[in-house]
Amino acid sequence: MCTYVTEHLKVVGSGKGANGWFSLTDASVYFDHPVHTAAEHTLNIDFLAPQAGPSARVAVELSPHTARLLAAAIVTALENGTGA
Amino acid sequence: MSDATDRTQTVVFAGAGGDQIEGYLATSAAPDAVGGVVVLHHMPGYDSSTKEITRRFATLGYNAICPNLHFREAPGASPDDAAAAVRAAGGVPDDRLVGDVDGAAAHLRSLPNANGRIAVIGYCSGGRQAFLAACSLTLEAAVDCYGGFVVEMPPEGFPLQVSPLTPLAPRLSCPLLGLFGADDEHPAPEHVAELDRVLTDAGKEHEFHTFENAGHGFFSTDRPSYAAAAAEQGWALIEAFFNRHLTTR
Repeated sequence: MCTYVTEHLKVVGSGKGANGWFSLTDASVYFDHPVHTAAEHTLNIDFLAPQAGPSARVAVELSPHTARLLAAAIVTALENGTGA
Repeated sequence: MSDATDRTQTVVFAGAGGDQIEGYLATSAAPDAVGGVVVLHHMPGYDSSTKEITRRFATLGYNAICPNLHFREAPGASPDDAAAAVRAAGGVPDDRLVGDVDGAAAHLRSLPNANGRIAVIGYCSGGRQAFLAACSLTLEAAVDCYGGFVVEMPPEGFPLQVSPLTPLAPRLSCPLLGLFGADDEHPAPEHVAELDRVLTDAGKEHEFHTFENAGHGFFSTDRPSYAAAAAEQGWALIEAFFNRHLTTR
């Protein structure tokens, strides 16, 4: 199915896309059909800079299991790095 | 039927609100009395697999056009970037979709070999949109390939533009062919049964087929969901349906 449901958030940081580095302003997180991964659904993240056009995008498609591992790894890295 | 297409090309036509949008056009080699098919792409966008389907309709003897439903947000962008931009912006609004299909149909009717009869077919989110278009425009045939959220309530957080379409069923303007997978969750077999009941109550001509050992996306040859047996049966049903409703004799 197309789940349609999308989490949107504002982000601060940078990403490296097809044309090099650019400043990120937005992100979309959703569980839906992938473009490239051989799976029916994946956890997809688009890091975006809409002001720079639709091609200013860094995209990943992850299996549900690895997406959860990533989420946990992000939290762990932040806790280790910031001590919080 | 001819295996040949005259040509494929990108065309520009007036969509909703008079906006100029692009479409992928594949025309039949037949000289006259050709029906037209508007092909609606799925959420991943105006991609190569949907254009391949569009070409197949031309080889079956129809003129076919796939409107780029994401053109406004991302003209010239790759289909996946365009799809991401549209998703970030909240999706394709239903009223805009109807206007774009209307414009695509008008473009097909204007072709020199057209017989004026138009069908709409859509896959996945496009299946829902095909039903929406057939309830909003005067068409000759419509095909809903596993369109979700036609009858079921959307989950929490659903984009506002997408809502159940059953209230529109009494306005269905043409025969509807529905092709579904028994293993699908949206639409699940109970959703298909509900749509069947609503259309029957409204006195609307429709023909539904649910294939065993098939889930969502069984026509997608480039995805793990591809189910060859269901897809081949589905294509045969589409051919027969369009032959009945798009051909002038």
